[in-house]
Amino acid sequence: MGKKHIIVDPITRIEGHLRIEAVIDENNNIVDAYAASTLFRGIETILQDRDPRDAGLLAMRICGVCTGTHYQRSIEGVEDAFDITIPKNARIVRNLIQGALYVHDHLVHFYHLHALDFVDVVSALKADPKKTSQEAVKWAKVAGTNPYIEGEGQFKEIQDRVAKFVKQGRLGIFGNGYWGNKHYKLTPEQNLIGVAHYLKALDIQRDLAKMQAIFGGKNPHPQSIVVGGVTCVQDIKNPARIALFKSLLKDGTKFIKQAYLPDVYMAGTMYADEATDSKSTYKAFKEGKGVGGTGGGLLNYMSYGDFRLDDTGFYKSALLFPSGVVLNGDLSKLHPFDPQKVAEDVTHAWYEGDKPLHPYEGQTVPNYTGLEKKEDGMAYLKTDEKYSWIKSPIYDDERMEVGPLARMIVGYAAKDERITKYVTKFLKQANLPIEVLFSTIGRTAARAIETELMADVMVEWVDELAANVAAGDDSTWQEFDFDLVSKDSKGVGLAEAPRGALGHWVKIKDGKIVNYQAVVPSTWNAAPRDYKGRLGAYEASLIGTKVANPEEPLEIIRTIHSFDPCIACAVHVVDTKGKELGVYKVDTGCSI
Amino acid sequence: MADRIEGVKKLFTSKSARIETNKGDAYYEKLFAKCQARIDELKTQQPINNRLEIADVLEMQGIERRDFLKWASAVTGMLMLPSSFTPLVADAALLMNRAPVIWLELSDCAGNSEALLRSDGPKIDEIVLDIISLEFHETLQAAAGHQAEKQLEDAMEHFKDKYLLFVEGAIPMANNGSFGTIGASGETMHDHLVRVAKHSAAVVAVGSCATFGGVPAAAPNPTGAVGVMDVIDGKPLINIPACPANPANMVGVIIHYILTGQVPELDSLLRPKFAFGYRIHDNCERRAHFDAGEFVEEWGDEGAKNNFCLYKVGCKGPMTFNNCSIVRYNEGVNWPVGVGRGCIGCSEPDFWDKYAYERPMADAHIKAPTGGVEKTVDEFGLGLLTAAGIGIGIHAAASYAANKNEQGDA
Repeated sequence: MGKKHIIVDPITRIEGHLRIEAVIDENNNIVDAYAASTLFRGIETILQDRDPRDAGLLAMRICGVCTGTHYQRSIEGVEDAFDITIPKNARIVRNLIQGALYVHDHLVHFYHLHALDFVDVVSALKADPKKTSQEAVKWAKVAGTNPYIEGEGQFKEIQDRVAKFVKQGRLGIFGNGYWGNKHYKLTPEQNLIGVAHYLKALDIQRDLAKMQAIFGGKNPHPQSIVVGGVTCVQDIKNPARIALFKSLLKDGTKFIKQAYLPDVYMAGTMYADEATDSKSTYKAFKEGKGVGGTGGGLLNYMSYGDFRLDDTGFYKSALLFPSGVVLNGDLSKLHPFDPQKVAEDVTHAWYEGDKPLHPYEGQTVPNYTGLEKKEDGMAYLKTDEKYSWIKSPIYDDERMEVGPLARMIVGYAAKDERITKYVTKFLKQANLPIEVLFSTIGRTAARAIETELMADVMVEWVDELAANVAAGDDSTWQEFDFDLVSKDSKGVGLAEAPRGALGHWVKIKDGKIVNYQAVVPSTWNAAPRDYKGRLGAYEASLIGTKVANPEEPLEIIRTIHSFDPCIACAVHVVDTKGKELGVYKVDTGCSI
Repeated sequence: MADRIEGVKKLFTSKSARIETNKGDAYYEKLFAKCQARIDELKTQQPINNRLEIADVLEMQGIERRDFLKWASAVTGMLMLPSSFTPLVADAALLMNRAPVIWLELSDCAGNSEALLRSDGPKIDEIVLDIISLEFHETLQAAAGHQAEKQLEDAMEHFKDKYLLFVEGAIPMANNGSFGTIGASGETMHDHLVRVAKHSAAVVAVGSCATFGGVPAAAPNPTGAVGVMDVIDGKPLINIPACPANPANMVGVIIHYILTGQVPELDSLLRPKFAFGYRIHDNCERRAHFDAGEFVEEWGDEGAKNNFCLYKVGCKGPMTFNNCSIVRYNEGVNWPVGVGRGCIGCSEPDFWDKYAYERPMADAHIKAPTGGVEKTVDEFGLGLLTAAGIGIGIHAAASYAANKNEQGDA
């Protein structure tokens, strides 16, 4: 019956503003894909004419999950424009607020948004608790540690609780999966480990969110960052607050090292065949010969760099995550990142414009041209024309992927000591070659590697903060002459959100914002085609993937999930006649 | 001047701005009997759509009965009911799966549903909310092989005039609503909302965007975004503003509905009084410093190091009605005033344009009562006038829409 057209579309009633259309050939291989956002809120337009000191709170509302990240970037864009260097305490507090976001976000992503793409809950009921306990020891050993949950008794108890649910015919929080699909590759015992950790992670993530609230006031949408520094002077001076932060971090780190990492080793090993299936990649689709595995995609990786480690000022400090660009998967060559080379193209986005523009010059003038209604009653993207509210960012005239994988790859190519150590340790313990990183599994593994790194480095930071305050420095804000610096200036807040490279560009005149452009991680990853017809990162990553059963597009969901999309969406599978075969929720963090 | 004094009196004494915390034994006895009867009736009904029993979910997630009752007791207090209602509130929580709820997400950042469910509020709030929203996802997925469109219509038909409709996000109206479309047929968010709201029992707008337009409606409002109350007419409507809304308040509204079958008592902006009956300022931990005239003058100064009042660096606690100063955030770990930033007025209409900046309102010179408390009572009163005048303006503007909706409420 020829090609099938799959629409990945928002679950219509509840949430989600991302839509993906994929075309599958007669062998169920994805041969084409389009990503589109169907919501425009105009936040960049709203920020114009406002006092730059107030922009951060509003810019934060771009996203409800990466929340604090947009806030800080906006503030730092203004600080860059005003040439302000913030006090040491403020720098560390901001690092801790962002670091807390990272570990929270990554953990929630793996267990609550992504794990069930690998873990079959129903299969866990068949597990032998005793063998499960042994299996847990085995994978913890790979990670060089002891299992978080030990002994068959605990696994038995968890299994009984889940069984009671399934007996009722209801799966509750696990209701959304293709249980029994043959592309689930874990054993019943491994599945039980995954389920047990999933439940435990519900508690752990709550505590990790508190870490951000200690210095941020609340989560989501913290409120303690201001142009010039931070406001939480009382909280950093209070040893009880520091101690609470450390104790929450300690508990979280234990889970990361003894459950999260072993689980990623387990999944990575069991799915290693996909991570090394270089034939099912975009590169193989284009050039005949591929590298890495399923879901690899563009192979161009970019990091703006983030987490300043000293007080020499913006874009001068040493960074935890170095900036840079790696092209075509070539780890031997690191290209320096130059913010001047970022541009946004709107050929396929619902905006006015005829050529790629640098964000300082960027315009946001909507030009909605609609979807195409077909006889089947469905509306399709006009993929030859404009089809998304997301612009297509390009760097030095190349499409890029951003995110934890990009950061680890750039750090590795930059021969950063800390990142290389964590990446090498992971691959060595898993006994896998570095090429496996160029895949869906690789994206998931890189996020886990980064989580461990961040949890470890935060201990150093919180101690550094406590020591600095104890030494008598309780300064949290750098004074500046607003009228003078805001006459005519421009600046950029470049950083790394958990999901990838994030930049806020701001131009200020006579105390007001005259232009504001945000290029967010999902702009890079979820963007439509560009003026040369080149694919965005999501689009490219899907091509070449084999879908075992188009009615259960587990492979599409797995790959889209591996990016940690910040746009909630669902998969609607539709056959060529427009008949909907089913709706499947893709549970994600937030929408832009 | 006389007008203004009258205005202030009106603002702080009018029924809509205050909450009666003790309505007398006779009132509560009657209410108790009514709620008991309703709970008994609900117990005889089956969970909707074969939904999960909440008691089972609590057990599966390892929540002990004692903790659950503690939670129920806190919710009872939050709803401003006598503690004798605690067992009823606990029952109501366990019966939540008898209430059909449909949850819509429009122009928003998902801060309320997704982020909140995962990272804020006590665990039991999350579980209860998660079951309700998850349940609807399942409703959509239940009949495989049918279009989602058809499934929603089935649900709407089946629970006609009975379901609670929760809405998150603003409604973009400009350009014929094309800034936001939903679903495979490309329906605008406006048309979608109107259609789903038509046969709801009541509509609950959650978060600042759904209530008053929020971020997308901030000047110059490029997408013509409005709140639910500007679009929906002739339905009981409850607003739970704040950015994001506190999950405790969402659960409070649902519990109240289960318990009594009615919407809770509302102020003129349609906010439940149990949560929005007080100003942040009334219960602020830094209030003593305000009264003593001790202020933070600039970030990080000596005042900041001593937890002084944040009014002069832009705190809008005196203008903002919400219960943050009581419930705080993330299980009470902290809140915006605690962290030295102050309130940005996020539960008030148009706060992005009126309140969310780090300076006091230009024409609201609440005077620093430098001469000690006694001397300042009058001064404070005079200073507040201007702010209150603006506050009244907002209330007056919003009350037209509010009254319109309250008629459908009765």
